[in-house]
Formats: sequence, structure tokens, C-alpha cells
Amino acid sequence: MSLLQTINTAIISLAANKLRAGLALLGIVIGVTAVITLMSIGRGTTEQITGIIQGLGTNLLFVQPEGEGQLTLGDADALVDPVYAPSVLASAPEVRAFATLVAGRDNTNAQVVGVTPEYLAARNLDLASGMFIMSPHVDNRDEVIVLGANVAEQLFQNRDPVGEYVRVNARRYRVIGLLESQGGGGFGTFDTQVLIPITTAYYRLSGERTLTGDVAVSLINVQVRDLDDIDQSIEEASGVLRLRHRITEEDDFTVISQQSTIETLEETTNTLVVFLGIIAGISLLVGGIGIMNIMLVSVTERTREIGIRKAMGAKRRDILLQFVAEATVLSIGGGLLGAGLGFWMTNAIDGRTLGTQTFNTSFSNEFAALALIVSAGIGLFFGIYPAVRASRLHPIDALRYE
Amino acid sequence: MTENQDNVIELHDVTKVYRMGEIEVNALAGVSLTIRRGELTAIMGPSGSGKSTIMNIIGCLDVPTSGKYILDGEDVGMLSDDRLAGIRNRKVGFVFQTYNLLPRLSALTNVELPLQYGKGGGRKDRSFEALSKVGLADRVHHKPVELSGGQQQRVGIARALVKDPAILLADEPTGNLDTASSQEIMWIIQELNRQSGITVVIVTHEHDIAAHAARVVTMLDGKVLDDTRQEPVLVPEPGII
Repeated sequence: MSLLQTINTAIISLAANKLRAGLALLGIVIGVTAVITLMSIGRGTTEQITGIIQGLGTNLLFVQPEGEGQLTLGDADALVDPVYAPSVLASAPEVRAFATLVAGRDNTNAQVVGVTPEYLAARNLDLASGMFIMSPHVDNRDEVIVLGANVAEQLFQNRDPVGEYVRVNARRYRVIGLLESQGGGGFGTFDTQVLIPITTAYYRLSGERTLTGDVAVSLINVQVRDLDDIDQSIEEASGVLRLRHRITEEDDFTVISQQSTIETLEETTNTLVVFLGIIAGISLLVGGIGIMNIMLVSVTERTREIGIRKAMGAKRRDILLQFVAEATVLSIGGGLLGAGLGFWMTNAIDGRTLGTQTFNTSFSNEFAALALIVSAGIGLFFGIYPAVRASRLHPIDALRYE
Repeated sequence: MTENQDNVIELHDVTKVYRMGEIEVNALAGVSLTIRRGELTAIMGPSGSGKSTIMNIIGCLDVPTSGKYILDGEDVGMLSDDRLAGIRNRKVGFVFQTYNLLPRLSALTNVELPLQYGKGGGRKDRSFEALSKVGLADRVHHKPVELSGGQQQRVGIARALVKDPAILLADEPTGNLDTASSQEIMWIIQELNRQSGITVVIVTHEHDIAAHAARVVTMLDGKVLDDTRQEPVLVPEPGII
């Protein structure tokens, strides 16, 4: 029998028992849909997270104190050195604290970040109104503040807050600027933060003090001149700091590149995608077992047909192919329907919110292809055993079967 | 024991032993039988006489335990299952007591079945031709349930004929039919034998049916008891086919 004829015969046989074939098909459809949808959600989440991080700028290094170590404003300044660190473009130290902000009768809690003027460029920030923190503000420890979009809305609703005053820990800060809203939930957004001069933050908010009297910072953002020089810049920055900290053994700081953060994160989330795929794959496996069940019943029911076909000259291979074709038609049919349904589901839930979680999905043809191949494989795998049983029947016994 | 082109079936001292648990059953205890091309032979005998076994061996559904079987000039005594399937496909046309049509398929597709497992094209034409020979040209698209018993058996005969087999092997072909339909089927079988010269072997326990054959082989206890040539009773042409 030709392949086309075998497939045709398989479809006719399956059509003879539509309900049963439909139910077996459903198992595969659900499995494939689950695989595609879950993997798309996983991929979408990955893309969302890396997107946020990439938005922060990939040409950034973060220098953080480690162990007993401390970083200071002096360290931050020293990192911009055309001789020892030529690949560093700028450094933007920051001090972080948490405070309650009050304006009139409105108040809110926000992360307060002490920064220098370089911070604006280093973190890719945009101003919606007013100005950013300038060098004189830092030098004079001025009590001025730049508000994130959400904070401004909570304190001043829709009014332009520039020129207004905000109380932070009982001191009045003059609002000099408003940041452009970054939108989207997620971590690291500046919408819920406020910025003040780093010296002000240090002396007014931070409890930390250094032995030298220098201003301690919690993190230094280092902007790299060229993304290709990122490894070299890590070496240079580390070299400068080791010199300043007189380090001979272990570093009292760490330098992390934005790129490595993304890579680590992608590794983690890719594992998540694979894991989700495997969990959904279990339902595909259950669908495959459903096919095997149906095929075993079908072989028993059609023993006489097998006998007739063998009497007419069907070889083992012919019978084997016939039943394998039926199982494969079921699984590939289910796979195609499932891929279609998965595509539709992926688009339908994209951007929808369930509870507090917003779904971001990313359909990929690879997932559809993978799910199809796996379902075809499952059809073959679970179809072969019943088919072998059918092909081994002896024609005389099969013809006598009632 | 020379091979004779006139002989379609040559059984030489064929035995068949079945094991049923501990007991060995000698279904055939040395049968030698030669059937010439164009003969219409009836094989008779009570249950347990070995007539089913000899039919299975003649039809290549089973192989002898010992002895030699030459079908249409080919030694088929000890072939593998798949080789036997090929022989059945090319050389044997089966007609069963219970018709054994596939219920989901139309008469035409049922007749096409042996063609699916062999080489060659023009399947639709060939099966239509076979159905025309048994007078069912106007019923080709009917499913078995839409046909009478006699008509179903005629589809069975068409299916057996479609590959131009060396022998037509009919196992109680009228066993499930009323007298009128039985006459109709026997008339067709006789006509095919007389007009087209097809070799026919009918296995039956009915003397009325055996009377239409030119030769009657009677089996008992796994042996040929009697082998008689006779003047066959001609079936009158039925009024309507």
C-alpha cells in the first residue's frame, strides 16, 4: 500500500468511531496546547525581565562593597581616571534609604536615592519637568528632590510638583524636577523612587559613617565607554579600587556587569521555560497513553478485519503500518489542532492580568514545531505496541475470532 | 513426483499435528491429493475429519508439519508468514461462509482489498469488472449492511476473483444462505468454472452442494476416504441476478 493510501485507510477507520477518536485526539490537543502556552508564558516573562534590565543600560557596571569593605565618594571620583581606567566614561555613586514623604495632607513611603549629576545619564533617566540634581546641590548638601512619577502623583495628584515642598524625615525639600514615567510594573522602576543629592542623603538619612569622614555610598554605577570593553573596564575599575583600598589579598568589593546579570537571569529563566515545558509535556504523555489505550481496544475489536486483510495477502508490515498510521494520524492531528489552539491561547492571554500577575507571552514557531514533533513521536511510540500485536495475529485465529 | 503444469494443487503425504497442551492431535495423517487446472472439486467430511485443516493448508493460511505442497508450480510447503501472504494474495481467492466483508467499506472498496496488497494499478476498474461478473455493477457503492446475504456473498466472490487467482477456495459458501440464494451462488461458481475455467475447491458438508462438483473428495480422520469423479448436477440459471 502506498503511504497516501495507508493514511487514507487510517482516516476512514478512525472516522468509523468518531467519538472515540475525538476523545483520544482531545488528550493530545490539551497536551500540545499546554506545552505551547506554558512555554510561551515562560519565554514572555523572560523577555519582559531582560527587557527591563536592558532598559537600564547594558553598558553599566555595578560596584558594591563586600564584607567589611566600604565604598566612598572618593572611590567613585577615582574611577573616572583617563590613565588608570581609560575605558570608564563616568561613575555615578548612590546611597539608598527608605523614608516617609509628606506633602500637605498626603504622604507616601518611597525609596530615597542619593545621587550625583552623572546618575541621570548613567541610568538612562528622562525628566518630565524641571531640572536634575546639579553639582552645586551636591557640594552644598542642598535639600532639593526629584520625584518619580508615581510618588508625584500620590503627593500632588496631577499638579506639576516643581517648586512645591516635600517633607522627608521632618525636613523640607524643594522639588526641582519630575522624572518621566517608566511605566510597567516590575522591580527597579524609578516611578516609586525619589532622588536627592548624595551628600544630603548621606548626612540626613544614612546612619552609616566612615573612619576617614568621607561619604560612604551603597553602590557605584560605572558607565563604560564601549560595550566591547566591558571585561577590560571591570579589570581597570578593580585595579583602581585595589590601589585605593591597599588590597593585597581578597577584594572588599565586587564588580558586576549588567551583561552578566542578564546572562545569569536568562540561564535561570530558560531553565524555567524548559521546566514548564516538561510539566506540560506530562499531559502530552498522558494523551499518548490515551492513544495507546484506544489503539489496543481497536486492535481487539478489529481482530477479524486483521484476519480478513491477512487472508487477502496483507503482510505483517502492512498491518503494522496501518495501525501505526492510525495512531500517528491521531497524534499529528491532535498536535496541529493543539498548536493552533496554543497560538490562539498565547495571544488571548497576552497582557491579561490574573490577580496581581500580568501575563506576558511570546509565541514561538520553535515551540509549535517542538510540540508537533513530540506529539508525532508520542503517536509512533504508543502506536507501535498495539500495531505489533495486531501484525503478529495468526490469520486463522484472527478469522475465527468472534 | 514430477511437476505437472496441468496440476494446480499437488499435496504429497501432507501431515499436520497440532499441540493442544500435552496432547498431540493428528489433524492430517498423510494426505496426497492432486487437483488439475479447471476442476471443480468438493471436499466433504464430518467435523474433525481434517477438511478445515486441509483447506487452511491449500489456502496457504497454514503450513504442513511434514510433506510437500506445490501450488501452481510453486513449492509453498515451508514458507515464512510474509511469503505465504504474498502467495495468498497472488494465487488464492477466498470465499467465506460468513462473507467476511469489511463493514465500513463499500462493495467496490471491499473488492479492491486484495489489489491494495499487491502490485499494479487500475484498481477501481478491475474491481468494478469483478463486481460486474457477479452481476452487482449497480451495487458498487453499497455497504455490506445494505446488501442481502446472497449479494454480500457475490461481493465476496468478486473479491476472490479480482486478482485472477490460480484457485478459488470456498469454505461453506452457502452455509448462511437460503435455498434460492444458495442456488444463485452455486450457479455463479459453476459458470465461472465452466466459462472461465477457474479451478474451484469447495469445502462443504452438504451433499446438495457437493453434487454440483465434478469431483468429490471425502475426508475422515485426517485421511482421504474417498475420491470420486461424477457428472455434476447443473444449477439452473436463476431468473434474476
